[in-house]
Amino acid sequence: MSESNTSPLLSVENVTKRFPGVTALNQVSLTLAEGEVLALIGENGAGKSTLMKILAGVQLPDEGQIRVAGVPVRLDSVQTAQANRIALIHQELNLSGNLDVGANIFLGREPIKRGLIDKKKIREDSVALLARVGLKVSPDTIVDALPIGQQQLVEIARALSVDARVLIMDEPTSSLSQHETERLLKVVKDLRSRGVSVIYISHRLGEVRELADRVTVFRDGANAGDLSRDEITHDRMVQLMVGRDISQFYARKPHQPGDVALQVSGLETPANLGHRLSFSVRAGEIVGISGLVGAGRTELLHVLFGVDAAVSGTISVDGQVVRLRSPGDAIQAGIALVPEDRKQQGIILEMAVRTNIGLPGLKQHQKTGGFLNRHQEGKDSAEMIARMRIRTPNERQVVQFLSGGNQQKVVLGKWLAMKPKVLLLDEPTRGIDIGAKQEIYALMEELAEQGVAILFVSSEMEEVIGMSDRTLVMHEGRITGELTRDELTEESIMQLATGNVGTPA
Amino acid sequence: MKKNLGILSILLVVFMATAFGSDSFFTPYNLFNLVERSSLYGIIGIGVAFVIITSGIDLSIGSLIGLVAVVFPYIVVDRQLSLGMGLLTILGLSLVVGIVHGLLITKLKLQPFVVTLCGLMIYRGLARWLVSDRTMGYGNESFASLKVLVGNVSQLPGCASLPGAKHVPVAFLILVSLGIVAAVFLNKTIYGRYLLALGRNEQAARFSGINTTKMIVLAYVICSLISGLGGLLFALDYGSIQPDSFGNFYELYAIAAAVLGGCSLRGGEGSVFGIILGAALMRLLMNSISMLGIDDQLEPTVIGFVILIGVVVDQLVKRIAAHRRAVLQARQASS
Repeated sequence: MSESNTSPLLSVENVTKRFPGVTALNQVSLTLAEGEVLALIGENGAGKSTLMKILAGVQLPDEGQIRVAGVPVRLDSVQTAQANRIALIHQELNLSGNLDVGANIFLGREPIKRGLIDKKKIREDSVALLARVGLKVSPDTIVDALPIGQQQLVEIARALSVDARVLIMDEPTSSLSQHETERLLKVVKDLRSRGVSVIYISHRLGEVRELADRVTVFRDGANAGDLSRDEITHDRMVQLMVGRDISQFYARKPHQPGDVALQVSGLETPANLGHRLSFSVRAGEIVGISGLVGAGRTELLHVLFGVDAAVSGTISVDGQVVRLRSPGDAIQAGIALVPEDRKQQGIILEMAVRTNIGLPGLKQHQKTGGFLNRHQEGKDSAEMIARMRIRTPNERQVVQFLSGGNQQKVVLGKWLAMKPKVLLLDEPTRGIDIGAKQEIYALMEELAEQGVAILFVSSEMEEVIGMSDRTLVMHEGRITGELTRDELTEESIMQLATGNVGTPA
Repeated sequence: MKKNLGILSILLVVFMATAFGSDSFFTPYNLFNLVERSSLYGIIGIGVAFVIITSGIDLSIGSLIGLVAVVFPYIVVDRQLSLGMGLLTILGLSLVVGIVHGLLITKLKLQPFVVTLCGLMIYRGLARWLVSDRTMGYGNESFASLKVLVGNVSQLPGCASLPGAKHVPVAFLILVSLGIVAAVFLNKTIYGRYLLALGRNEQAARFSGINTTKMIVLAYVICSLISGLGGLLFALDYGSIQPDSFGNFYELYAIAAAVLGGCSLRGGEGSVFGIILGAALMRLLMNSISMLGIDDQLEPTVIGFVILIGVVVDQLVKRIAAHRRAVLQARQASS
């Protein structure tokens, strides 16, 4: 793709960035040609976000040179970056949800007519921009009313509105469904064909394989290698990221499941009124739930954890029917949930690792009179930090200063301390780096071996295929099919996930 | 303790300055009154801290104090019912107010600010209407047995001969006992931990099996009960109650004490000792202003500035600490 006779559109040359006591970037370089999609991958902490902040004008490098079309530039503010037509799309979207789409696209750059905002111009220009990203909504739609995938497209439209020719996308698909992801990938490909260059940061290697013209890998703040289009394979990428060969990424081994631990019969949830769900999970079994976002998977887990009430039907644990009116009831019954939204539901960011791990067990371990059992809390947290290999200076560390992967380990740790019989996992590896992912897979394997029944929801096909013994596929609140390990392929899942009901051979 | 050092030093500085600047400040009479009033403010500050910790607020405290102060003599004197009946009524009243606030906030998901703002107006109006704005007095001999609550320790049974007892207000003892119970509850019991956790992140607390509805209602009940107690003590101390103004702004003093004492209005934080210091500082400032001959009309302005300076300094200290921690962490990570 890159043309050797002209200088690249963007080049980063030997950039170093130091923070007090740590070198975040050490002599890193990359180039980006016009109309090229460069995937930038690496574990969390590899320095990707630091480089993105430098390119977006949020931080200045200590050493090194950045050139745009061969000309050295000093990106000392977001405005300078914009003037050089570089736009960053954050992992966590930067939209004002209470404003409409048009207002968001032109936020801070509203066209003015006679001292007032020129709404007509905003509307007209927005329609054209939205068409470029393939989003068919009115510019008057309030952003909050849009699903997250469409909000992402609004953000891209905003970047295009400043006429960006370098688009930096930081994990754009981490909260999108398969369907929305496909749509986004199509938009990116389309932009590429119009000459826009994209730096695409993602942990999802499947997307990278599909989309990238080239891959640059960072490890520990330095270049770890580059892959040209025909070298991009899952194994090569993983190998460069973690710096060692990974013979088997997923750990699932053949095994013999035990008795039925979780039995769901005729369950009707608020999200699937009129459909009755029945299935079971055996002790030591890992069952995946696949499907598109909005298929009712998270809602099902919420009912199984007592967050929402079941409309009808029964849930049994180890043959005992349980009534789940609150998460407290579910915990009592031996059910634990690692929720989808880690920061909102999984952990209390401002509290210590130790306090977070101890939280579900407070009641069970309390001393007479409701006094805290600090001894037990300390024991549990020490055990979990060691067992989960949580990377934290000590147990008093506030969770928000840990990386996403380590935060997720804290969530898992707080539930493992409760020794659950049934473990529900909702997108357990979303937004965490590959090393931590692997540790979580290994842990799931270990727990299954110990006889825990695991039910996990995932939008990552590779993960479902790699980790589950059986997979239930949901579509619009129903279970459209069940696939055994032998039947599991991306195609068979998609068939059922899009509503093609049938029993695959 | 460490985080209360700032406010403790301001308290000492103001105390010393006033002691040097005024002859009548460092007298047993003035100090007794100062400690007593500080204690009363501290008591309602502890009450409101419980709801602030849940990231809520209670704006109705002053009006509830007014209502309690009016209802009590209304039952005992106007209605000629027994003292016990009067106490039972104000206890029940505070309890119901707390439960209603809590249920409206948790079950109907109304904002605490709105619910208790309505309470502020409702209870004030009720207090005025009930007695047609008549001034209510606590001179009646039925109240004599309760007056000891706003007296000195030597008046307590069996304490007459304790050295220095005459100089210690009973209200201070009440504050200390309440403070110890509250501190133990918040820091040593699972329920305190529940409150701190849900104040930070209610959803995550609920997903950890905590019955957050029950805990939030409990916080509002505790706040209203303590306000009711505060109302009784303030009324006994002042002795004469104007229904239209008694307790006005007390909720704001209570909130200010809690904030000065380290409670964040975002919830999840709070130290009982800090709140007591906050209340003492505010009372001390009021006292100092009159002692030092500063124009009375400037009183709210001075207090406002001191609180502002307090929170600004606190914020700066936090920033420096956060920066230091980040540097330290980066060093650890790189080694």
